[in-house]
Amino acid sequence: MKYLGIEPQKPKIAIFDFTSCEGCELQLINKEETLADFLNAVEIVRFREASSSYSDDYDIALIEGSVSRNDEVKRLENIRKTAKILVTLGSCACFGGVNQLKNEFDLKSMNREVYGNDPKETINVRPIKDIVPVDIEIPGCPVSKAEVESLICHLVWDSPFQIPVYSVCVECKQRFTTCLFEKGQLCLGPITRAGCNAPCPAGGSGCWGCRGPSVEANYKSFFSIVKEKGFNDIEFRERLNFFGAFGEVKIS
Amino acid sequence: MKINLNVDVRHITRVEGHGNIKIKVENGEIKEARWDVVETPRFFEVMLKNKHYSTAGLLASRICGICSISHCLCSIRATENAFKVVVPETAAKLRLLAKHGETFQSHILHVLFLAAPDFFNEPSVIPLIEKKPDLAAIAIRLKGLGNRLCDTVAGRTTHPVAFQVGGVSMVPQKRHLLGLRDELKRSLDDLQTVADLFSTFTIPDFIRETEFVSLKGEKKYPFIGGSLISSDGVEHKEQDYQPMTNEYVDKNNTSKWSKLSRESYAVGALARFNNNAQLLHPKASEVAASLGLKPVCHNPFMNNIAQLVECFHVVHEAICLIDELVESGPGETMAKVTPKAGEGVGAVEAPRGILFHHYKYDKTGRILMANCVVPTTQNNANIHQDIKSLVKKFAMTKEMTDEKLELLSSMLVRSYDPCISCSVH
Ligand code: SF4
Ligand code: SF4
Repeated sequence: MKYLGIEPQKPKIAIFDFTSCEGCELQLINKEETLADFLNAVEIVRFREASSSYSDDYDIALIEGSVSRNDEVKRLENIRKTAKILVTLGSCACFGGVNQLKNEFDLKSMNREVYGNDPKETINVRPIKDIVPVDIEIPGCPVSKAEVESLICHLVWDSPFQIPVYSVCVECKQRFTTCLFEKGQLCLGPITRAGCNAPCPAGGSGCWGCRGPSVEANYKSFFSIVKEKGFNDIEFRERLNFFGAFGEVKIS
Repeated sequence: MKINLNVDVRHITRVEGHGNIKIKVENGEIKEARWDVVETPRFFEVMLKNKHYSTAGLLASRICGICSISHCLCSIRATENAFKVVVPETAAKLRLLAKHGETFQSHILHVLFLAAPDFFNEPSVIPLIEKKPDLAAIAIRLKGLGNRLCDTVAGRTTHPVAFQVGGVSMVPQKRHLLGLRDELKRSLDDLQTVADLFSTFTIPDFIRETEFVSLKGEKKYPFIGGSLISSDGVEHKEQDYQPMTNEYVDKNNTSKWSKLSRESYAVGALARFNNNAQLLHPKASEVAASLGLKPVCHNPFMNNIAQLVECFHVVHEAICLIDELVESGPGETMAKVTPKAGEGVGAVEAPRGILFHHYKYDKTGRILMANCVVPTTQNNANIHQDIKSLVKKFAMTKEMTDEKLELLSSMLVRSYDPCISCSVH
């Protein structure tokens, strides 16, 4: 596909899945309006979920999922050695995602509960950046395909790539969704980074913070509003911890 | 006969998750023929513990990126059964409509993106975009329709946002529903083109007597809730799923295995069809007949065809549902929910087969115990048995090569459309 008469260089992309639901990978074959162009703009050399062809020669590694077994650590280190650019796709890869909820439980008794006397190997869940350096993070559960496309354009044509710095509230207002606080419901929209087009407030479940903190989130005033509106502290904490994206934030 | 064959597929491609095929034939003797799941275990049943009922569906949907709508609906149904909540009719219809969107989206993904490349000798759907542009355009169009149906009704295709215990928290606009209705009508021509194409493919002639487990439809082809049935004549109520699934741990697998009357059983589109064919929409039955699919069909490769037949069924039923919803107007969509101590089971036909969630609640509405039995978990032992039998039937000829056997056994695994990360939830 030529752009302004010039044949762009197609980056070689490999897609890898770690502990995850594989929903983020699946987004790559969504967004049918642009799917053929997307597949044309890149050379996918490895995508186990969708293709049997296979190569170890790639420039960009897209990583989905978190690490939860020792063999995954090794695999990840090898990928890092080959990839020029390593991108984490989705909340599992960026922050541990829902997987990290497992870390609240004791590994041994958990194993016994599920597998009885045949325990399976498992370790505490860790995000990718805890193991190897990550170049670009695209959060979300699942990721937004539009953001992945914009990243690809950035890598192929050097167009600007920027995940929104503002909060989900901005996109929620653009959709004309009634604020959930008005309806007496909890929502993490005010402190969560936009880019998803706010589907959860529109669907009635409120934002659960899957994309992590917006830049310069005003925690102090948000926490005081949450308190003032009388939301239960446990419920609030559970929501903040759900995707592991607000790990460092202390509720005062 | 000195036949030596060696197949060692580590992490089979074009399936969701990680599984291995291992076949070893030495001097005409089968030394090994295995299907093993090596996916990292995720422990959702533990993570669900102590969660508030309002979060369970949200967490459960993350078990699977392809059938998140099924997991969410199944989880919510388990909770509603525990709290004895009856969902308003409009909400039930909207849930079923979203469910049809998921079935359609998932089947199209499997039939056209994952299974079809094998019949064209291609590693993936990507080369088909150039070589078979018309087919690729149909695949992309149909997938898009499935996704749009889910987006409109469930708020999002992957990880729905519109379903709550008690009903639905978002109602799609009438004009969006009517737009979808037009698209659904138009999609029938595309589906027919796909069916005509599949009628030209040679489906491997492989039969192994199998027990099939699914929901039992009463008046309609079943998708959400109801009693359970097996093709060997076993029947149970929804809440008595355990004597139906009999899960156990295999030492080579991170997925559990299941059995009922035989050493394994199968679930999925073929099982649903085998147990409920008489309830299909007449147009879908016509397609089944034209593609040579008759109950009870014991050829696992025909699961692709059963999925295609179900695509016709869900399109027709989705059109009817939209007509009913548009005619009746929104009405009540949320029932009152009061948590109480007790337990509940939900059974839902996910695209890959019957799915169960079972929760025990304390009186504040927090989960004390969770158990999930997932379609591919139930299929894994059956895939393993099929591989053994496939090797016996096809491998013992001079014409067989490692490459051919690798392709054939991989196609067999793919025909189940396994969702492996689901199976080690
Ligand atoms: S971030 Fe969400 S959608 Fe993506 S792999 Fe993890 S659980 Fe699945
Ligand atoms: S609204 Fe919140 S929880 Fe939903 S997708 Fe956006 S960031 Fe994630």
